[in-house]
Amino acid sequence: MPHDDPHTHVHDHAAIEADEPQGYYQHLAAATRSLLIEKGAFTADDMRAMIERIDERSPALGAKIVARAWTDQAFKARLLSRGKQTIKEEMEIDPVAADIVVVENTAEVHNVVVCTLCSCYPVFILGRPPDWYKSYAYRSRAVRDPRGVLREFGTEIDPAREVRVHDSTADMRYLVLPMQPEGTEGWPEERLAGLVTRDTMVGTAEVRPAA
Amino acid sequence: MSDDIRQQHDMGGLDKGPVTPSEHEIEPWEKRVEAIMRLLSMRKDRIVTVDELRRGIEELPPELYDTIGYYERWIMSLSNILVEKGVLDRAELDARVRELEAAE
Repeated sequence: MPHDDPHTHVHDHAAIEADEPQGYYQHLAAATRSLLIEKGAFTADDMRAMIERIDERSPALGAKIVARAWTDQAFKARLLSRGKQTIKEEMEIDPVAADIVVVENTAEVHNVVVCTLCSCYPVFILGRPPDWYKSYAYRSRAVRDPRGVLREFGTEIDPAREVRVHDSTADMRYLVLPMQPEGTEGWPEERLAGLVTRDTMVGTAEVRPAA
Repeated sequence: MSDDIRQQHDMGGLDKGPVTPSEHEIEPWEKRVEAIMRLLSMRKDRIVTVDELRRGIEELPPELYDTIGYYERWIMSLSNILVEKGVLDRAELDARVRELEAAE
């Protein structure tokens, strides 16, 4: 695998990332990686396995959790009171993060998640965070003008509903349990899960009823 | 709190302009930086923790913090912490970087 040989992968990059201006950081990354492998901190196989493990995580996992909560009240209660344990034990998804708090959207409250200091995000439930989640604009303004920020996503929250913003930390990450759209009562879990997008679990969008 | 005693990363409540709901496909080298960090932090002996990574990012000079990319901040912090902890040697790391640059 040319990608895992530290001495050739820089050439791969030159081909793939012609628009990458700062070669220094890529070299620093390759140097750090090769030295750590030589010192036995991990192996090239460990690297491959880890990348695959993260690549496998996607919002589809979160959507399964949400659909289950919509169809099983007892599960939902456990999810809201002990997020991490419930996801791990009952959904068999290891959230890895120190703790996961699930916050429920209702007719009265809409929840939004941000990490103002950096980019903490439930990666092992939703996959890697999107760029905008890590942007200075989102990080700075989500806590200052959440309704304005949501509007930039095309999401308008009824003024009668409270907007609650949750600022994540490395040890406390949030998952929004969106509201189930009207007219979907009695749907099977799989069909419901198909309605749930990443942004609805971060709180920048609401679940739209199926057309 | 007055804004001038804030550190660069502490931007909650400031106004950094409108959000562009952009998506960006993560690049292969960025995936590798992410994997190095997770391999180190998920080991039993936790060679580098997530908190240390963040502390290292927060300690970057403000002008650098603002001009380099997300995973560039990660690898800067990560390599600094590894040197600080004696896992890597600065001279050895610099030499390896030069070697890679020369091979290009």
